[in-house]
Amino acid sequence: MNAETLFRLASLNTDYANCIDADRLEEWPGLFLEQCLYKITTADNHRRGYAAGLVYADSRAMLTDRVAALREANIYERQSYRHIVGMPALRGGGDITAETPFLVVRTMRDGRMDLFAAGVYLDRVREDGGSLRFAERIVVCDSSRIDTLLAIPL
Amino acid sequence: MDAVVGRHWPAGLTRIPYWLYTDPDVLALEQKRIFEGPVWNFLCLETELPTVGDYRTTFVGNMPVVVARAEDAELCAFENRCAHRGALICLDDSGTAKDFQCVYHSWRYDLRGNLRSIAFARGVNGKGGMPADFDMSCHGPRKLRVTTFCGMVFGTLSDDAPEFTAWLGPEIVGRVRRVLGNRRLEIIGRFTQALPNNWKLYFENVRDTYHASLLHLFFATFRITRLSSGGGVLVSETGEHHASATLAPPQGKDSSYEGLRSDKASFRLADPSLLGMHDEFHDDIQLQILSIFPTFVLQQVHNALAVRQIVPRGVDATDLNWTYLGFADDTPELRAHRLKQNNLVGPAGYVSMEDGAVGGFVQRGIAAASEELSVIEMGGAGAETQETRATEASVRGFWKAYRAHMAL
Ligand code: FES
Ligand SMILES: [Fe+2]
Repeated sequence: MNAETLFRLASLNTDYANCIDADRLEEWPGLFLEQCLYKITTADNHRRGYAAGLVYADSRAMLTDRVAALREANIYERQSYRHIVGMPALRGGGDITAETPFLVVRTMRDGRMDLFAAGVYLDRVREDGGSLRFAERIVVCDSSRIDTLLAIPL
Repeated sequence: MDAVVGRHWPAGLTRIPYWLYTDPDVLALEQKRIFEGPVWNFLCLETELPTVGDYRTTFVGNMPVVVARAEDAELCAFENRCAHRGALICLDDSGTAKDFQCVYHSWRYDLRGNLRSIAFARGVNGKGGMPADFDMSCHGPRKLRVTTFCGMVFGTLSDDAPEFTAWLGPEIVGRVRRVLGNRRLEIIGRFTQALPNNWKLYFENVRDTYHASLLHLFFATFRITRLSSGGGVLVSETGEHHASATLAPPQGKDSSYEGLRSDKASFRLADPSLLGMHDEFHDDIQLQILSIFPTFVLQQVHNALAVRQIVPRGVDATDLNWTYLGFADDTPELRAHRLKQNNLVGPAGYVSMEDGAVGGFVQRGIAAASEELSVIEMGGAGAETQETRATEASVRGFWKAYRAHMAL
């Protein structure tokens, strides 16, 4: 049971990273439940209990809007991410909860590469029509300092 | 005449030479004449230091500063630099302390930054130690005068800084009070955006009412533009401070949908709940951006409130410290709404992310152009208050104040 859950979680994470890194952002909202919470925050904000996020979406539709804005409205230099996602550490509870470390390397159009973000995903995941989807993904970045801008989701 | 050796700057406010953004001598002069000059620098919020002994570290230009609440509950600020050999006195961002002890050789300071004791001052076994006539009261970090206004803490290193509210002027004071009033602030988030550009490029951007509808296409793309919206820009007498406002459409009714045009080709938000405005300020202003010279911004974008502190890190590097705000008496609905509307601002903001990048585009564009000039002529050559936002009056106001402070 645990092994299977772990495998399914890991493959959900793989899909998630792949959507973003391969620029298939349109598929990214589908990994969340319709009612969900996606928030990007930082370890310091998380520790202090500050509720605001860099990105804050409490519905799948808000994630769809994020993608539409990136595609149609926002101006930012061409860049891509490479997610390296660690093994989920399963936590107890009714839903499947997990804590998963990640690194994101950002490559700019001129070839400059930076370690853009490191942190953990705090996830609550639920069964939805045969697939696991995120009820909640809180992205907790280790650093509170964001280089230039955060356009593409983490 | 020219304080920066070998540099020339034509008179007036409409031509800005690019060496101002690239020359390290300029940055050094700005530290002396602006940040340590007769201005009030934003330090932190009062709510961060509620009780005696609470402290927070911050910056005045590139000077590290400690702000602390001393025994009599008074707020004090001093340079974060040990009087002995110059190490940082305080290494944490914030905390609570009885006093501060430098880690290097244990010189100890009270909450006001007064030097209180020196380790081995009398030596060991009668040998070594400080000279008998060494006077601790003559040694210590530089101290700032501190003032508070609407829950914000400002400090100055200059004896010549005018009284704070007189310096702001009644109109700017009114615009600050309009947002922060007599309400108890609560911090709801804190982030730093590392900008790849000179600090002035960001401060100009904040005051540039011309770019908003051109660079930021979020509202236009999703047909949220209010074509009928009025507004204008207020520039203080000296040019130092500004407040720009966007008004609600006529009739004063605010609904996110009213501005929408039916247009098959246009996009719509799938979840429009981040739009709209809770009427908490009881006026027509939907969006107000206010700046206080040289490094402070107060932002009200509908119900998304924040203060921003600009910290220069080098000629082409700037930290922008965002503190997202709410009020202690927010209803749960209003607080939830603020959390959603914060998507418009900050390093990932639908609107603000572009401001984080555009300064870098300029900084890279001007790499070989130190003797060339930028052009700031929208709305004329002056820096006075205007009833339109299709003007660069407020940017010229910045340069008017800058030239006066820098004597350039
Ligand atoms: S540098 Fe602080 S005690 Fe020596
Ligand atoms: Fe802008």
